[in-house]
Amino acid sequence: MSPLAKLLEAALFASARPIPVDELAELDPEASPAAVRAALEEIRETYEVEGHGVEVVEMGDGWQILTRSEYAEVIERAQLAVRPHRLSGAALETLAIVAYRQPIGRAEIEGIRGVNVGSILKSLHERGLIEVVGRSEGLGRPLLYGTTSIFLEHFALRHLEELPRADELAIALKTEPHPVA
Amino acid sequence: MDARLAHTNGHSADDSPAPFVVELSEYSGPLDLLLALIRDEKVDIYDIPIARIAEQFLQRIRTLGLDQAADYLEMAARLLRIKAQLLLPRSGSEDAWEDPRAELVRRLLEYQQVREIVDHLERLADDRRRRFSRGYVPELPAPPQAPLALSLIELLAAVDRVLRVTQSPDLHDVIPRPLDVDGAIATVRGVLALRERVPWHDVIPSEPERWQILSVLLALLEMARRGELSLEQLAPFSNVWITRESAGQAA
Repeated sequence: MSPLAKLLEAALFASARPIPVDELAELDPEASPAAVRAALEEIRETYEVEGHGVEVVEMGDGWQILTRSEYAEVIERAQLAVRPHRLSGAALETLAIVAYRQPIGRAEIEGIRGVNVGSILKSLHERGLIEVVGRSEGLGRPLLYGTTSIFLEHFALRHLEELPRADELAIALKTEPHPVA
Repeated sequence: MDARLAHTNGHSADDSPAPFVVELSEYSGPLDLLLALIRDEKVDIYDIPIARIAEQFLQRIRTLGLDQAADYLEMAARLLRIKAQLLLPRSGSEDAWEDPRAELVRRLLEYQQVREIVDHLERLADDRRRRFSRGYVPELPAPPQAPLALSLIELLAAVDRVLRVTQSPDLHDVIPRPLDVDGAIATVRGVLALRERVPWHDVIPSEPERWQILSVLLALLEMARRGELSLEQLAPFSNVWITRESAGQAA
């Protein structure tokens, strides 16, 4: 591997969080973001070709070294790491609506889900999965929510566009009342 | 509920139906429950037999706790209203008639799409959860309670061993120094009988101990509560002044 790739590998190894490309670029004053990206690809390819137990993954705002998923059970059995808790169905529903409709207010989410979402929004906010991105112009100027980079990390997404587009889903979203036969 | 149980058995012979409370807790809301009913009943979402679905919806939410039920009750009311609207004679031409179920169908479709996204997100999250990052600090699980295998004799032997080692137990005396609030009240009353207004350090004994200061403080607060005196402090950290109140004199 190139010296830059080795440097980045060391940094990624030491870090407990994904590191953004521009932060990685600061490690070497000579390196441009483009060179960093190329070096990251180099590490990824090396791991792939040589067959490593870890992989370099891009998600959210940055890059991170993760163990390969096939070792999840072994690592867990040895109690070296524990899978984080799953989000509840209600929390996932709320997140899904925020992800697709952001910026979105609480009332609108409740309209879609048909239940009160106050406490769920609070806990999603506390876990950093959503954030307040502004206020609506509507009555009472309600808070508007959007997803965060922690949301992307939670689902190992690079960006929101990696989610299926609404029209790719089996049922296209109807904005107008559907004419009923 | 009996009809519902019979129905479930008729359609899915795979496993015995779970208790309803358990099943209901799996619904994330009234729309989820409604979609489940529509699926179970195999009815067309665009042509929902409202009377039947409303009936079953009511049957199912009857087993819900009241704290959860508000959202479900609202949906039940909505279903009953649609049912009533469908019973009304249609006025005007057939074209102008708007199906009262239309809004509900739109919401159901929208919600179904959310469920689809949830399935997708769930797969992504599960995949992500299988990959561990460096420095991930797991929450420590509570250690499992080992079954206790201990006989009385072993326990007594252990007590005996401990007592043998601690020849002189490390005891220390606690000297009770109770506050004397009543005494302090008497002192303050005495001072106030002579002078109408005094600074608070005048009612504290010279070279006081901590408990004496505390006693006076509690006495002053108690007497202020009873209306025997008033307390004022003109500036932060300045002297506290005690003024005799005539209201308390009579009492």
